[in-house]
Amino acid sequence: MGRAPSPFATKIPYEKKDLKIVGSNPTARGDAVDKVTGRARYASDISLPGQLIGRVLRSPHARANILSIDTSAAEALPGVKSVVTRDDFPDMEVEHAASGELMVNFRDVTRNMMARENVLYDGHPVAAVAATSDAIAKQALKLIKVEYEVLPHVIDVRDAMKDDAPVLHEDQFTKGVEPKPTKPSNIAARMESKLGDIEKGFAEAEIIIEREFNTKPVHQGYIEPQASIANYTEGGQAEVWTGTQGHFVFRAQIAKLLKMDMSKVKVIPTELGGGFGGKNNVYLEPLAVMLSKKGKRPVKMVMDRDEVFRATGPTSGTNVKVKMGCTKDGRITAAQAELNYQSGAYAGSSLPLATITVFTRYDLENVSVVGHDVTTNRPKVAAYRAPGAPMVAFGVETVIDEMAEECGIDPIDFRLLNAAKEGTQTHFGPKLGPIGYIQTLERAKAHAHMKEKLGPDQGRGIATGFWFTLGAETSATVNIGEDGTATLIFGTVDVTGGSRSAFAMIVAEELGIPYEKVRTMSGDTSALGFNFMTAGSRGTAAGSMAAVTATRKAIARMCEIAARKWEVEPDQVVWEDGKARPAGANVGDFAPMSVAELAKEASWFGGTIAGHAEINVAQGGPGFGTHIVDVEVDRKTGAVKVLRYTLIQDAGKAVYPEFIEGQFQGGAVQGIGTALNEEYIYNDKGVLENAGFLDYRIPVASDVPFINTEIVEVPNPDHPYGIRGIGEVPIIPPLPAIANAIHDAIGIRMRDHPMSPPKVLKALKDRMIEDAAAQGTAAE
Amino acid sequence: MAKQYVSTTVNGDQMEVLCDPTQTLLDVLRDELDMTGTKEGCGTGDCGACSVTLDGVLVCSCLVLGIEANGKSVETIEGMARGEELHPLQQKFIDHVALQCGICTPGLLVASKALLEENPDPTEEEIRYWLAGNLCRCTGYHKIVEAVQDAAREMRGN
Repeated sequence: MGRAPSPFATKIPYEKKDLKIVGSNPTARGDAVDKVTGRARYASDISLPGQLIGRVLRSPHARANILSIDTSAAEALPGVKSVVTRDDFPDMEVEHAASGELMVNFRDVTRNMMARENVLYDGHPVAAVAATSDAIAKQALKLIKVEYEVLPHVIDVRDAMKDDAPVLHEDQFTKGVEPKPTKPSNIAARMESKLGDIEKGFAEAEIIIEREFNTKPVHQGYIEPQASIANYTEGGQAEVWTGTQGHFVFRAQIAKLLKMDMSKVKVIPTELGGGFGGKNNVYLEPLAVMLSKKGKRPVKMVMDRDEVFRATGPTSGTNVKVKMGCTKDGRITAAQAELNYQSGAYAGSSLPLATITVFTRYDLENVSVVGHDVTTNRPKVAAYRAPGAPMVAFGVETVIDEMAEECGIDPIDFRLLNAAKEGTQTHFGPKLGPIGYIQTLERAKAHAHMKEKLGPDQGRGIATGFWFTLGAETSATVNIGEDGTATLIFGTVDVTGGSRSAFAMIVAEELGIPYEKVRTMSGDTSALGFNFMTAGSRGTAAGSMAAVTATRKAIARMCEIAARKWEVEPDQVVWEDGKARPAGANVGDFAPMSVAELAKEASWFGGTIAGHAEINVAQGGPGFGTHIVDVEVDRKTGAVKVLRYTLIQDAGKAVYPEFIEGQFQGGAVQGIGTALNEEYIYNDKGVLENAGFLDYRIPVASDVPFINTEIVEVPNPDHPYGIRGIGEVPIIPPLPAIANAIHDAIGIRMRDHPMSPPKVLKALKDRMIEDAAAQGTAAE
Repeated sequence: MAKQYVSTTVNGDQMEVLCDPTQTLLDVLRDELDMTGTKEGCGTGDCGACSVTLDGVLVCSCLVLGIEANGKSVETIEGMARGEELHPLQQKFIDHVALQCGICTPGLLVASKALLEENPDPTEEEIRYWLAGNLCRCTGYHKIVEAVQDAAREMRGN
């Protein structure tokens, strides 16, 4: 997101055909054996001869001016080879660029990577050292003297929006307000999106529900901490091995932040130990390059887990107000929302995405959305799987549940009455193409899960989710080996191993050779043209467009070789069932030639067989999903247990169904974690109190049941195989689905996230007091 | 602090290493012996990515000092396959798509192997509670539990 769609973007129309390989489950994945034997190389597994270990000194304060930094004692410590601070990095002008699904501003990126005038959150980097051992590097950090002037801070989004709130940036005036405000504000921007006439819509409503919701920030929680190793050589070139969701974007950012030519920076993506949007941003990379430049040796940096929590990610904490109206027979007439999103220390949250996704599951005439992007003393937010969407779905999907209840209509039927479909006008611009939303609702209604009986204090909840499929720049090369095997070099990051297999299946399908004869591997920034990040569910959808394009060019080259051999024109040769064949009987009686046969002849007939793609894939093919969850509430402890879970989602075309199920299940469990446990907890000094997996508790195996999945396939019309992005939708519905299930179980609507035992217990106690008071009043 | 001599057995091989007394077993494996199959996710014993066995006992190697391995036997992910032949758990993890990014996989496999050695026929609940010390953020555990069930079935010979 973040950039206008290009009129030159690539779309390839859906090709309905019988598939031999795509849609099956391969017996071997390219990445799997190395991962189960411990041989896969992640960034922290790489070491270079002579390397130094780099460490970062971080702010202990939520907000302070930096009066001075004295590194002399650290530099004098034997074994310390380089120290960097703000003085080693050039200041940056305001310049915006897309980095994953969010936009970044280089003026802020450099400040977030290394504080300049001030620190704006607990964990903000203020200096970094590189030494001959980790122990010396840590000792050196203690010798750096930073003089701070501690300032008042603000953590909560509602507090930050108040007139008397401490203002983080004196030069920040709310954008999107006319006339331009004269007073600086934590509200960085106001956004608006409208459709129809909201007043008319509410006037037509017979039932109006207005509710307010609050969510805490949550972290992506990837198990692999950020790690990078950089080698800057005297020739002025840098190589960086790092765990990233987008090595080309990282190269661009490293070059910009260090004022280097992009051609002098090579980024090699390593195996990635989870990202979920959290590895869309540079943190360590520019520091490691600068430490290496000054120390004249390679520098390896690995974050500790508490650094990951304090200084990377998380999502926005939010305050969301939803007001919706409907007729008694269940037709929604008006939908209004106010979205207040924390962006952390610097402007730029997932608000634009929340604004788009808030109501986009429903066919609505009258919509009004207003949003505020609000700076607070927390780490700059990063994308997290469908960034911004679970929080708005929490509001909208629970208000819909309440409206359905008021109308006396089944919650699935209520959604079917109002469901978005092909031709639905969205409030943010485009009309929807063919989508599978209604199918997911109908499959949910018919699912065996719905017939399971519920016991006391058990309840069932429904919720739905929508996410788009990002396109953007994508490159690939297919090389046909002299033995007829194929290698695909792709430039998107394969976060989980799924797209490597999906690409191999697609290339094999196109070429007509066995899946085992195709190897797919990631290319570094010197191997291919620019690729945007793996973000916005685009990895397999966009990557496969480049793979298909490159493979078809290799096929054209093979047809040319056959034509030269047969002494006919290239257009008299066709590619069918894995072989070059004469286009008709009139062309001549030539035996069809396989890939292996053509590869053998390639040299004589002009050279090696390869195909390239450098395309900008059009955005499209949004995904929709419906979730059903059963919970049980423990009235003594407030603990909510998930008993059953079913997820139905439109994948367009499931290239590798078992892998898609795995992504569905993983997304749902992340959503369950968000709903029931995960939250950032700050103390009154603005210091994060739960910066570890013990206190920031993500779901463990015993917290969750099996997650039933069903795949709906409504082809994406702009993709040759019909593929839609699938990675992000699954995390959206769990939060509201669980809130709706809790209401079904105990009759209480939870509107403050997370729905953790203390919160649920308090809600139960408050209800008992209310009930007792009501009985007392009745008795009088 | 002076380094100490440690003699230990790792996956059946005799290893000699000079350890800083503050170094964890995890650091010794990764940084001194170049055995990077064992992963670090937290360094505080909360995520299980560094699971190994020490004289047959499942431990987080980030909570054990390297010098504690002196005279003991350490088993890591690198010792699980027999040459080209994968351990049934490794094969079932692949067959069931029980791994995505793979960073938690070595720890989960080591922990699952320890489970099946103690309890060859665990229930779903026993598997879930045994593996509750191994965090996975990608899979939602569904396919991991299935893979362990299937491997257990195969290893029991039915």
